[in-house]
Amino acid sequence: MKRLYTHSGDRIFAWALLLLALGVVVLALLMAYELYQGGSLALKRFGLLGFALGREWDPVIQKSFGAWPYILGTVIVSLSALLLSFFPALAAAIFAAEYAPRWLAQVINFLLDLMAAVPSVVYGLWGIFVLAPWIRDQVQLPLYMWAAEHAPWLVPILGVPTGYGLMTAVLILASMIVPYTAALARDAIALVPKEHREAAYALGATRWEVMRMAILPLARGGIIAGAFLALARAVGETMAVTMVIGNSHKLPYTLFGGAATMPSVIANEFTEAVEDLHLSALIAVGFLLFWVSMAVNFAAAYVLRRQERLVKGVL
Amino acid sequence: MLPAGNLRSLEKNLALRARYRKERFMMALVGLGTGLAFLILLLVLAYALSQGAGALNLDFFLKDMRPPGETGGGLRQAIVGTLIVDGLGLLIALPFGLAAGILLAEYPDHPVNPYLRLLSDTLNGMPAILFGLLAFILIVKPMGGFSGLSGAFALGFLMIPILARSTEGVLALVPKEIREAGLALGLPRWRVILSLVLPTARAGLITGVLLAFARAAGEAAPLLFTAFGSPLLELNPLKPMDTLPLRLFAFAISPYEDWHRQAWAAGLVLFGLITLTSLLARWASRRRF
Amino acid sequence: MRRLTATVLGALALAASAWAQSTITLVGAGATFPYPLMAKYADEYTRLTGGKVRINYQSIGSGGGIRQFLEQTVHFGASDAPLSDQVMKDVKTRFKTNALNIAYALGAVVPVYNLPGVREPLRFTGPVLADIYLGKIKTWNDPALQALNPNVKLPPLPITVVHRSDGSGTTYVWVDYLSKVSPEWASKVGRGTSVQWPVGVGGKGNEGVAGVVKQTPGAIGYVEVTYAKQNNLSYGAVQNKSGRFILADLASIKAAANVPLPGDMRVSITDTAAPDGYPIASFTYLLLYEDLSVNKAVKSEAEARALVEFVKWILTDGQKYNEPLTYGALDSVPQQRALALLSRVTYQGKPIGKEITGR
Repeated sequence: MKRLYTHSGDRIFAWALLLLALGVVVLALLMAYELYQGGSLALKRFGLLGFALGREWDPVIQKSFGAWPYILGTVIVSLSALLLSFFPALAAAIFAAEYAPRWLAQVINFLLDLMAAVPSVVYGLWGIFVLAPWIRDQVQLPLYMWAAEHAPWLVPILGVPTGYGLMTAVLILASMIVPYTAALARDAIALVPKEHREAAYALGATRWEVMRMAILPLARGGIIAGAFLALARAVGETMAVTMVIGNSHKLPYTLFGGAATMPSVIANEFTEAVEDLHLSALIAVGFLLFWVSMAVNFAAAYVLRRQERLVKGVL
Repeated sequence: MLPAGNLRSLEKNLALRARYRKERFMMALVGLGTGLAFLILLLVLAYALSQGAGALNLDFFLKDMRPPGETGGGLRQAIVGTLIVDGLGLLIALPFGLAAGILLAEYPDHPVNPYLRLLSDTLNGMPAILFGLLAFILIVKPMGGFSGLSGAFALGFLMIPILARSTEGVLALVPKEIREAGLALGLPRWRVILSLVLPTARAGLITGVLLAFARAAGEAAPLLFTAFGSPLLELNPLKPMDTLPLRLFAFAISPYEDWHRQAWAAGLVLFGLITLTSLLARWASRRRF
Repeated sequence: MRRLTATVLGALALAASAWAQSTITLVGAGATFPYPLMAKYADEYTRLTGGKVRINYQSIGSGGGIRQFLEQTVHFGASDAPLSDQVMKDVKTRFKTNALNIAYALGAVVPVYNLPGVREPLRFTGPVLADIYLGKIKTWNDPALQALNPNVKLPPLPITVVHRSDGSGTTYVWVDYLSKVSPEWASKVGRGTSVQWPVGVGGKGNEGVAGVVKQTPGAIGYVEVTYAKQNNLSYGAVQNKSGRFILADLASIKAAANVPLPGDMRVSITDTAAPDGYPIASFTYLLLYEDLSVNKAVKSEAEARALVEFVKWILTDGQKYNEPLTYGALDSVPQQRALALLSRVTYQGKPIGKEITGR
């Protein structure tokens, strides 16, 4: 008897897919290569490690470039933003997937789409004119005054309350990455089989108990994936952060004071860097950013794989 | 003294009350968190509306930009340019992004998948300006000049990894049974994917495409050295072309009041564009089901 | 209905073919600061030539402008600072021709501040501004500031220093001035488009600095004078070399260029010796190759001629658009220098610069 169909069609299809998909790999390798190529002048001058750990960034007098303050700034800002946005985003996802009436869930979904699409510079301008002055007057100044009187040891941690600095940048960034966590978490929650909910409700569990015991553990993989996606976006976010972060690379960073991130220094100096070494140093920051971003995603992949195994055990 | 049974039911009652209290508390938290998640977005939108609505009129869509100090101009050249550059970018990105997404979701054991996933996520975390740099090196320099097309490539590069991951995510939601049914009927795998899986996931796929499109539509940095910009309407993608985010950015950093208003209006049009495509996509994807 | 469609299509085809035949588009890129002025020039010039010559100038930053000029993706570059000796030498060795730095407008950078209750413009000196930006003067009622402004009651407010975080020509002019008046500044920080700031908050762009200053009581920053005026920010008078306190305005900016100029116009006019000149002013430049045929972006003699015609127009009739947009116009001496530079332009050996400028 003849086979129902030959495998050749499948094989061609899989190869075509593979060929196109390899476009992503080529793109990434090209990116890494061009960044390395562009940054090689600075990387050779200071050494990869010397460049990554150097604390000076002086394009004029010493002509010495070190990316450490920017790496540190990127890590602090993106992690804090993730921490801050995670629970609200999760709440929004839970609400949209489980409790909201259909129309409201659709509104939320639409807002999530829209949120990812608001141009960064719009967030930035709003930050300069509305958020930063408000934070300074309503949050930072009172806190600073209180600390100066009651807890002087806090003052050097708080830093100068100008409104333009780490705290404002983290707040804006947190709100910008909400949709990434929320969208994936929502899908993961919606994906949990109905039977799990029904069984838990049948046992007399309250809505929250159903959520905590029957849904969240199974959706955990998707939620964590969303959090990492948000983190990756936070690492790369440029314009809005640059406009409110105060752009100071002086260590140590303080809560209110200025800071700087890797994308922010690239955006700040890229268009005006005239000297070759300066430009090369900026592209080298991009090269390091490539690795930081890869490290974040590598960690994500690792955590996810462990999660998946756990969930498979439960099911 | 109360009988023991009463006491037990009282205890149970108390425990139940505690559980209900917790329930109410957690539900309040969920509501509060949802509100918080959208608070800043809504404030930003309200601010943009209050700043830009005044500059929105018919001329804004029908006329090209004017120099500062002259009123009555519009941003026709940027609106049309955005549609062309972003549209072309999407065309460039679609085959690569979709293929990568399908490979990730439908061939879960394919040996390149871990690398594919890692690299596309890494690309997702790169600042947009670096995609512009790449397009400059790969397209603008060999072509010898700026063009809308090179801008489309920059945006396409940006969209590919987003598309790949959103496609994978959506396809993973398609129930296994659909594939099994197709295979059981003796359909080859490629027919199953193209005729069963993709149509089932259409709504989600369109949302993903839209998200990628929207992300790209708001980016100015990758277009600086590629699409470049133009003060007059340009329909030839081999020539420099204007886009809304470029104009928004150039106008927002200018000192002039009327340009500021136009910058906000450009932001609003961008929202409008995205909202419109989103609604259209939803409508189109729902009709057949 | 069909006739209407046919007519419309015919008209479109006609328009398209006429348009494709005779239009030349000149592409320029560079500094952000003159973008509004260039937009005005472009609009007026396109109208003047009946749409035959279109100008497309985009603000991608001076550094970007210089790089695109060297990559030869543009007909002309634009920069707030003249090309450095190094870049001039590179051009010479790579393309066997000279780069021309042609000044066509003047700008001024002013110290802006936010002091509630202080109405009249404060007076500053160069060394005091340097000390503020070095973090040595920390409050507004510092004796040095109070001595300069005996009639103003300065509040005991801490000074919040605001600077540009992005590399910019504005920053270059500002720190170039500080380097000239303060040896400590020159040795510790120096001059460049981005420097390592000793103190302060970094705002992105002129609008970032203006925004932060506007929203922060006690802040001091520096922006182009246009931004200060358009945003209603208070700005101070600065003492010039002759000891006079000068407020930046069109006359004092124009006057700042009344100093002996070198033939290639690559000169810093901060801390000007002109007695009526505002001390923190600078030229802004167009960049052209002396031999336009080396520039790959210039594809024909017609394009080369159109480019020279356009620059000549900027230097002569176009100057009347400078002042309404609060850019300094060229006085006769710098104007003649700029035209002399333009007259050196050639294309494939033809002295088109001489022909067009009539020199």
